[in-house]
Amino acid sequence: MKALHDLRVNGETVQVAFEPYKTLLEVLREDLNLTGTKHGCELGECGACTVLIDGEPVMSCLYLGVEAEGRDIETVEGLADRGEPSLLQHAFAETGGAQCGYCTPGFLMSATALLRRNPEPSRDEIKQALSGNLCRCTGYIKIFDAVELAARRGEGREH
Amino acid sequence: MALLAEHGTDAMLMAGGTDLLPNIKHRVATPEHVVSIRDLPELQGFEVSEHGATLGAGTRLSRLEHDPQIRRVYPALAESASLISVPQVRAVGTLGGNICLDTRCNYYNQSYEWRQAIGFCMKRDSPICRVAPGGDRCWAVASADTVPVLIALRADVEVVSGHQERVLPLEAIYQDDGLEPTTLTFGEIVQGIKIPPPHGYVTVYQKFRLRQSFDFPLVGIAVSIRSDISGIVAEARIVMTAVASYPERAEPAERLLVGAPLTEESILAAGNAVFRQAKPMDNTAGTIFHRKRMARILVERALRRIAQLPETMQRVS
Repeated sequence: MKALHDLRVNGETVQVAFEPYKTLLEVLREDLNLTGTKHGCELGECGACTVLIDGEPVMSCLYLGVEAEGRDIETVEGLADRGEPSLLQHAFAETGGAQCGYCTPGFLMSATALLRRNPEPSRDEIKQALSGNLCRCTGYIKIFDAVELAARRGEGREH
Repeated sequence: MALLAEHGTDAMLMAGGTDLLPNIKHRVATPEHVVSIRDLPELQGFEVSEHGATLGAGTRLSRLEHDPQIRRVYPALAESASLISVPQVRAVGTLGGNICLDTRCNYYNQSYEWRQAIGFCMKRDSPICRVAPGGDRCWAVASADTVPVLIALRADVEVVSGHQERVLPLEAIYQDDGLEPTTLTFGEIVQGIKIPPPHGYVTVYQKFRLRQSFDFPLVGIAVSIRSDISGIVAEARIVMTAVASYPERAEPAERLLVGAPLTEESILAAGNAVFRQAKPMDNTAGTIFHRKRMARILVERALRRIAQLPETMQRVS
């Protein structure tokens, strides 16, 4: 049975009705039309659905929507500021960190959380932080390059 | 607890949900009701010092991994937590969830359609175990990373049921049964663990898996050693994960080590004993023989690290 819930998504509180068995991923995509967050393996084995809950990267496919009530949810749609992509998003575009693009929103969310916590990460720290995101196109190097480029440009410092 | 009592065995408890939700999606767990205990205050205890630790079952794995006190006092516990799955899972997965982790098997952790195609398995929906079809038991594998370390650290577990509370060695809640890997009864909840002071013990965890993230252990070995002043081993605990349906103590190897100093010879002897004892079945990734050999190699590596001996490249078997 559907019930109304207040979810705080990208700084905005929205009222949305959904069934209690729905995962946060399903609520975001199907009930809130935020389809930037991708549906990958659905089992916590790929990281495509990564969102931030209270600032921490979490698999939204392994998190019930009802349990997200009262927490801060951030999705890839929240990264751009008034239509201007974040420094990290620009860096992904420049280095070729996105190829087919399906895993990219998950990578962006994990890397955004990393740079806020640690604005000057070493390559090992980047690898560690992104170890829960799979990419089948890039071979990862361009993704690591993108995160380093964004860090050099100051991503993470404005928060 | 009232909710659990109301819905009986139709209900399941969920803390982080990173084990239960995939099982629900695979229809190997089919609860009518899920009771979230994520934020239950009774499960959030967290006290750590040189005098020991009391950790609530709701402690998130990422906290075990990063907490400076845990890293200082129980570094092997922090390391084992850091080797579980990936950051996004450790951020919500809990200590209690890892302690109560369901056993795993190639024939069980699959979608409904996949399992239907092979006629299901003993752990769910069939009387036949696909690993050993002639047998009368389920061989699913205990796959927790923190549990062997906690047992090596001689941890106790606090189990509550209603107003009753019992404290017993963590090791005692496990049994050699893939179907029912713990002796906990319906309505009992793991509230937390108590770890004695680490004084005098050196503990190390070694994990083998195919990828360095995401994967459950194909073999995991925790070793804890207490030596006396002259360097003679006074106490040894070796606990294996992912080679049986329960966290298995390697007692023959432990006995070999006690009463003598840790040397390359005694380490190789312990490795041999572990190799002989470990009997993984063909139900995870990797071959049986590879996992058996890795059990030997991991215990040797752990012991060399404890003895501060160099890694050797020579291999005989």
